Amino acid sequence: MRFLLRRAVFYLFTLWAAITINFFLPRFMKGDPITAYLARNQGKVSPEAIESLKVLFGLNTDRPLWQQYLDYWGLLLQGDLGRSLSKGLAPVSEVIADALPWTVGLVGIATLISFFVGTSIGTYIGWRRGSRAEFVVPVATFLSTVPYFWLGLIMIALFSTTLGWFPASHAYDKTLTPALSWEFISNVIYHGTLPALTIVITSLGGWILGMRNMMITVLDEDYITVAQAKGLSPRRVVVNYAARNAVLPQLSSFALSLGFIVGGTLIMEMIFSYPGLGLRLFEATLAKDYPLMQGIFLVITLSVLVANIIADIAHAALDPRTRQEEAL
Amino acid sequence: MSTLTGTIATAEAPRSKRFSEAFAMFRNGKSVVGLVILAFFGVLAIVGPWIAPYDPNAIDLEARNSPPSPTHWLGTTHLGQDILSQIIIGSRDVMFVGFAAGVIGTLIAVLVGVTSGYLKGFGSEALSALSNVFLVIPGLPLIIIITSNFDDPSMLLIAVVLAITGWAWGARVLRAQTMSLRNRDFVQAARANGEPLWRIIGVEMLPNLMAIIASSFVGTVTAAILTQTTLAFVGVTPITRWNWGTILFWAQSQNAFPERWWWYLPAGLCIALVGTGLALVNFGIDEYVNPRLRSAGKRARALRRKGFTQADATVVAPLGAVPPSAGEDAADAREDDAPRVGTGA
Repeated sequence: MRFLLRRAVFYLFTLWAAITINFFLPRFMKGDPITAYLARNQGKVSPEAIESLKVLFGLNTDRPLWQQYLDYWGLLLQGDLGRSLSKGLAPVSEVIADALPWTVGLVGIATLISFFVGTSIGTYIGWRRGSRAEFVVPVATFLSTVPYFWLGLIMIALFSTTLGWFPASHAYDKTLTPALSWEFISNVIYHGTLPALTIVITSLGGWILGMRNMMITVLDEDYITVAQAKGLSPRRVVVNYAARNAVLPQLSSFALSLGFIVGGTLIMEMIFSYPGLGLRLFEATLAKDYPLMQGIFLVITLSVLVANIIADIAHAALDPRTRQEEAL
Repeated sequence: MSTLTGTIATAEAPRSKRFSEAFAMFRNGKSVVGLVILAFFGVLAIVGPWIAPYDPNAIDLEARNSPPSPTHWLGTTHLGQDILSQIIIGSRDVMFVGFAAGVIGTLIAVLVGVTSGYLKGFGSEALSALSNVFLVIPGLPLIIIITSNFDDPSMLLIAVVLAITGWAWGARVLRAQTMSLRNRDFVQAARANGEPLWRIIGVEMLPNLMAIIASSFVGTVTAAILTQTTLAFVGVTPITRWNWGTILFWAQSQNAFPERWWWYLPAGLCIALVGTGLALVNFGIDEYVNPRLRSAGKRARALRRKGFTQADATVVAPLGAVPPSAGEDAADAREDDAPRVGTGA
């Protein structure tokens, strides 16, 4: 209970910090893109939209800072993230709501595949240490140092442009309308294969190496010796005794490196023109669309927080100790 | 406990010996290969402008899009610019930003991590919460937003931003290690002797933290180089300043993929090569800190030669193998509560 409470406090604190950073970012920036934009488009922007943009970007300097901060929170609690300058003044929250499912689907599935495959391979080469399977280690190291965007471009060049096996961009064929039909879903999977594969390849190495090192360390423990002396089957020793303990640090680092992974995968969406948050962020950067950029940053941080909570629950499920005391 | 005698011996050893011990973690095959790779690019970054065969911006319309040849070793761009020169000149920004971010980030990590590990109570918790927040907040989108607010961000500014978003992992690992050191006999003894705080931290604890500090430095540099080239590729940092990301930016925008391989392969391989060099150094440190990693493969192979099966090896190994003494203290430390080193990125 104490553990859960501490984690809850931590998440609330991080949430508050992320929102506060978002509040201060535009206030520290020199220049004022919003006023310039509003001046250029006088009359086209509704008064409410102007008001919310002013609150979000600190143009309401006639009010004291704490009042601005409260106004800002008020807007956020209403789900108002301002208007996107580059998307015809569509509400930022709507632009993000359209893009978010694609990112969660692509990045989420690819990251989970990478985590499970990498951890399994790491378990195996940690168990068979010193065997020929160790050749995986240098290969995985090299792949994990390759820049995401470069590998993505090469995958497109190879499998799309040259071989023509997979489409190079978009989430589905433009001729299809989104529907819950097999035709549409299979098309989405077909389009998602190449970006997902790229994410898996570049992030696999970290999981393999982390799990291998943990397995080697855990396998030297006395309880492994005891388990084998009891005559348990090797499979049971590996899965229930060694891997279950070795995977715990993996889970913590999974949770903590999510922010890093998400950053890299955003680039992937830019390369593959995948209609998720990464592509929107990229477009917003080029168009200097600050409201959209800030909104996307906030939503990405929130998603990473949610993923952290899930990893925490998995950790607690695997390790009874965390349920009793603070482990981290 | 061996830690006590070990550290006193270290403290009283002549200066040259202590100096060489501080680098013991780099004295293994993997680290040496990694350091050689890094040294190569480091030298390239320094002498680049003198050895580059051409001006990277020089336009030569006679030799547009030419594949590698004796005059242009790595071929040319759509404007006839020499790609080898661009890579050589570009290495300076990559290495400078990477190492500057590493130095600044590691300083912050040591400051926050050691302080929060040594303090107790609210201050410790607050600093720990701070580094956890920085770990969770996704760095790349934040960096993109910050740098896109500047028209012409200097390389130092980019390094500072990368350091600010990249110090947290090191601080977290250092905090855990400091907390475990704080209660060791030799630190207790130093405190009982009335040693001043700076001496307890600087002389008693710091040598035992060196491996983790080095590993967090390597991790920060790796992340900084990847992020910086990504920023250049996305076009957030000035596209007129040469670095390896800029080369890929132009290759992508001029549709060099897939035919004009000489344009995009070398730059990407350079990034991967520097990354591999850094990873090798980190492996070396990992094996120094955790002797089980160093000897695991050798032990299993030796046992197999003697006719034991894999399953036997696990049973026999802990009895037969005495971990080498060099990293023993550090290995002890790990078992208490320190998270693993160098698996963050």
